[in-house]
Amino acid sequence: MRLVIHYLIGLVFGTGIAISGMMDPAKVANFFDVAGSWDPSLAFVMGGAVLVAFFGYRLVLKRPAPVIDTQFHLPLSTKIDGRLVAGAAIFGVGWGITGLCPGGAIPALGTGRVDVLVFFVMMAAGIWLGRQYTHRRTLLATRRAS
Amino acid sequence: MTPVTQFTPLMSFGGGLLIGLAVVLLMAYAGRIFGATGVLAGVISPNAPGDRGWRVATLAGMISGPLAVALITGQIPAITMVSSLPAIAIGGVIVGFGVTLGSGCTSGHGVCGLARLSPRSLVAVPTFMLTTAITIYIIRHVLGGI
Repeated sequence: MRLVIHYLIGLVFGTGIAISGMMDPAKVANFFDVAGSWDPSLAFVMGGAVLVAFFGYRLVLKRPAPVIDTQFHLPLSTKIDGRLVAGAAIFGVGWGITGLCPGGAIPALGTGRVDVLVFFVMMAAGIWLGRQYTHRRTLLATRRAS
Repeated sequence: MTPVTQFTPLMSFGGGLLIGLAVVLLMAYAGRIFGATGVLAGVISPNAPGDRGWRVATLAGMISGPLAVALITGQIPAITMVSSLPAIAIGGVIVGFGVTLGSGCTSGHGVCGLARLSPRSLVAVPTFMLTTAITIYIIRHVLGGI
């Protein structure tokens, strides 16, 4: 039953992505191409999503706990460090090259296109590499501290 | 390599509302941030035993999004690539590495983080928007496509 509900929540997300244009690299690239074939549509995606999430989170987080867990799992870190900025900057370069971000590419797999699958597999490899890299850095930092 | 796309404010805003709804539902139900990066990364290298099932179900739901749209409209939403297959593959690794280092992408930082007014997301989102815009400008207006 839980898995069915998770599937349905994923489906709402994927349907939103599919109709919004976020999974279409041409639309993504045109949003950023103010100097060329500009298409401002994606501002409406972000606007709609943040609007609902902003007010929705305020209602939900007033509750003592989520439905199936004893607590909300919110990121605790507020530290703005080089890793955050470098990671975001690197992500932007990849998003600019391909027009695909993780939230767009995963639903785009549903179109059955091979080029999307290639992107997805390489992105998964990049996530694995990133985990190895951050893990090693953390190990080194702990070793230095002890 | 610079296809013109149609301005779709209503569809994009509607899609955005659905994305926001999914984000709020996941927090209400399971107390989790809906970041595509986070959901996928936990499948590639699990954080805890028994933590994979809900993630796989969520991903399956996301992938079904375009198919749900096809059930209603009769066709899978079209997507147009803006770069060659080698560029898509390299871009995929860059995206995966960047989102792991930066702890989030367009959904985790861009929707969930901004909705929570997270200081990290308030830095990450303008950072990746800027590098995406610069990358696209260079590819389109300096290199003339890749």
